[in-house]
Amino acid sequence: MSAAAPIPKRSSGRDRPEAIVVGAGHNGLVAACYLAGAGVKVLVLERNAYIGGAAVSRRLFGGFTYSNCSYVCSLLRTEIIRALELPSYGLQIIPYEGGCTLMRDGGHLALYDNHDALRREIGRHSHRDAEAYDRFVRDMLRHCRFIKPLLLRAPPDPTTLRPRDLRELLYLGRHFTGLGEERMYDTLRFWTMSCADLLDEYFESEIVKAHLAGSSIIGTALGPRSPGTAYVLLHHYMGSIDGTVGAWGFARGGMGAITQALASALRARGGEIRTEASVDRILTRNGRATGVVLCGGEELHAKIVVSNLDVRRTFLESMDAADLPEEFLAQVRRFKIRGSSGKLNIALDGLPRFPAIPPGAPCIRGDLHVTDTIDMLERAYDDWKEGRWSQRPYIDMLIPTQIDPTMAPPGKHYMSVFVQYCPYHLAEGPWTEERRARFGQTVIDSIAQHSPGFEDLILHAEIRTPWEIEKEVGLTEGNIFQGELTFDQLLFNRPIPGYAQYRSPVRGLYMCGSSTHPGGGVMGAPGANSAAAILQDLRR
Amino acid sequence: MLTETEPHYRQPLLRTPFHERMRAYSQVDALVPWSGYSTVDVFTGVEQEYFAIRNSASLYDLTPMVKYRIAGPQARRYLDRLLTRSVGKLAPGRVAYAIWCDDRGRLIDDGTVFRIAESEYRLCTAERQLDWLLDSSIGFDVEIAEVTADIAALALQGPCSCSVLRAMGLAGVEALAPFEFKHFVFGAGTRALVSRTGFTGDLGYELWVDPPEAERLWDGLMDAGRVRTIRPVGSRALNIARLEAGFLMPNIDFVSSAHTLRNGTARSALELALGWLVDFAKGHFTGRRALLEESRRKPLRRLAGLDVVGTKPAHNALLYSDRAGRRQVGSVTSAAWSPTCKRNLALAMLDAPHFEMGRQVWAEIYVNRELVWERRMVPARVVERPFFAPARRRATPAGDF
Repeated sequence: MSAAAPIPKRSSGRDRPEAIVVGAGHNGLVAACYLAGAGVKVLVLERNAYIGGAAVSRRLFGGFTYSNCSYVCSLLRTEIIRALELPSYGLQIIPYEGGCTLMRDGGHLALYDNHDALRREIGRHSHRDAEAYDRFVRDMLRHCRFIKPLLLRAPPDPTTLRPRDLRELLYLGRHFTGLGEERMYDTLRFWTMSCADLLDEYFESEIVKAHLAGSSIIGTALGPRSPGTAYVLLHHYMGSIDGTVGAWGFARGGMGAITQALASALRARGGEIRTEASVDRILTRNGRATGVVLCGGEELHAKIVVSNLDVRRTFLESMDAADLPEEFLAQVRRFKIRGSSGKLNIALDGLPRFPAIPPGAPCIRGDLHVTDTIDMLERAYDDWKEGRWSQRPYIDMLIPTQIDPTMAPPGKHYMSVFVQYCPYHLAEGPWTEERRARFGQTVIDSIAQHSPGFEDLILHAEIRTPWEIEKEVGLTEGNIFQGELTFDQLLFNRPIPGYAQYRSPVRGLYMCGSSTHPGGGVMGAPGANSAAAILQDLRR
Repeated sequence: MLTETEPHYRQPLLRTPFHERMRAYSQVDALVPWSGYSTVDVFTGVEQEYFAIRNSASLYDLTPMVKYRIAGPQARRYLDRLLTRSVGKLAPGRVAYAIWCDDRGRLIDDGTVFRIAESEYRLCTAERQLDWLLDSSIGFDVEIAEVTADIAALALQGPCSCSVLRAMGLAGVEALAPFEFKHFVFGAGTRALVSRTGFTGDLGYELWVDPPEAERLWDGLMDAGRVRTIRPVGSRALNIARLEAGFLMPNIDFVSSAHTLRNGTARSALELALGWLVDFAKGHFTGRRALLEESRRKPLRRLAGLDVVGTKPAHNALLYSDRAGRRQVGSVTSAAWSPTCKRNLALAMLDAPHFEMGRQVWAEIYVNRELVWERRMVPARVVERPFFAPARRRATPAGDF
């Protein structure tokens, strides 16, 4: 608000929160937990009737529970799980085994946990690649080792001479030079190259490359041949479960179990959550945040406001432009946050049949795909560029009910289908129910090509395009990472150069969403780092 | 009955009646001896097996557990003399966890005692000890026989274990309370004794049948559990779960006083923090005088649970009162990273006063960094046991998951 606005009536001191967190997504809740743990009185506001943001489990049909948005977990930092004692509030992360790409010619490539089974499996497609795989994994682990210590630290600003930044720059520099000469070259190449170029350096088999390339374009409006996608691959590799780097798992009860555990942890620390409390405006006065005004007109005051919303939604939609520097606003407007993903949540009457998968092979319990060449993946991206959903989309589908007994009645199954690419802006016009249904049908047809009778098993399907994701979760354009994970938007440039340390041009207003370092993927690190910055400013 | 294909000097290990079934599921040929039997250490992968215990349903071959039938008019009096806790209150159809000691109060073994009938008990133990049991029976009208090979047993553990049993047709099994057992009939008239007991600290059951019925039991459970992703599990996975539950493992967390050679290595029931199993009021029992005397003194050392900083399990770590490692105050007996608690857990024997709740000690951990070994001094805090105790383990009627 401008300084001319009437001075809002102060709410009484004792009930008044010291910090308001806007949005009860996982990062908002993580930040709130750390703040409450340090004795800050926190109020979290959530516009939906349920909490969780994009880490949510909802029952929309019969006895089925869906992980409506995010669907698997690996990146959530162990340090956070442990510090907030999330297992004692019911969180359990169960790793799944491997995965499989179903090929158009009826063949398949599976990944297995057992190293020897995996080597022999890849060897069916290329003996050379089977042995190259170990070298690929070693190099990925090296890159992970480089980036991992940077995740729970605010990125240093290289332009300032503040002692903390100098100290952090020194740390970063030492960490980087500690890699050794050869790997320093590699690291810079790696962070900027395309996934296809990266994989060409290791593998000859199309199917091996296609299978591994999937995670380089998930949630990203780029193709496997676009520079920067090698990093996105790493982003999906750098998590771990119980020490196994690169492992992915299910949160028992769906991804909402993460935010439910965080909410319990927050309440145990004295924090409060209000649902159906949609923030209309963040209030400022003399360059300081003073609170928020809800859509109904209710004003809530606090000296600290923490936004879990993405950077565009925070500064362009929840604030007056007059309260922000023009140059800052220009950079917010150019922040890349493009919608490129869709999601189907399907209730199934039984376990679908995939004739390509040998009976008893555990890969069916992992992530399943149908894109068998890099070219096919690039074609799928071409469709997005032209404003239509991919006619042969990349899909990342999982049937968690083969492991998690809580999500469907016995013998029934829940299938989560992530779809890349699906545009926010359709060339043929705005999203309508009819277009959404056609998008869903494209995906179902892609699965049915590999699973005879698949459509007959469908009891219910929730179809979500970027438009629904934006409308329901609040992510601009439905971008799952709150902004592309490209090198121009990482580290001290994420989200805005000069504002990478969770602070904003408005004093007392902080960012804690995935728009900030180190980005999205249900990691919790932005929330934890943001809380650290706030506590630093509060000198606690 | 038991599969003994070769004479003992060619094949020292026996095979349990589940052996063929287990071999069919075993993918990595990881077998270990247990009480004279060949058993599975790992079927496919420790992690997946562990999560079957904590997330769905798991099967573990319990047959090698040593079992004694103790029967006769004075069986109850005999057990009250042998065990440190009172069995007087143990009704038929109930099970109790129990320990027994030598005359100096040093632990010989722990196990479970089932009251099968009015004057018949079953004692399940880790070690073979017929000599001790018989020596202890002098003067009592009681018959004692080892019946290990006469009973085949499977542990069905995990949050879905009750729903698996119901799917197998065991009507009313959900009403079984913890430490209760009942006979059930399933399939084409197969009789099984089902007890709500286990070594995982989770919802779970143990099923006891005649060896000829063993494969029918295995098949029945695997069929009924298929939609609940039941999985056979080996000893490695079970060992993580038992540590989370805070249970002791003989020869790992203590050495039976029947086997110790060196003075001072046997552990008393009180040192092992098992005082809650000692009932001084019930009258005389073996080791009573020594334990009573010990209970009046200040304890010298005690077993405690530790939460260790970092993720590297503190296997065999020496524990110090100071970071510099000047004064050793104990050592770790069991350690594991807990995938469910997401904590680095350990059981340790600690000198007074370091075993007190909340105290910090330092663990000396060796880390192998590609054959460059590093020594780390890591803080560890004494915490409550069990480390993991979900409400579902006690909930009666038992839930579906």
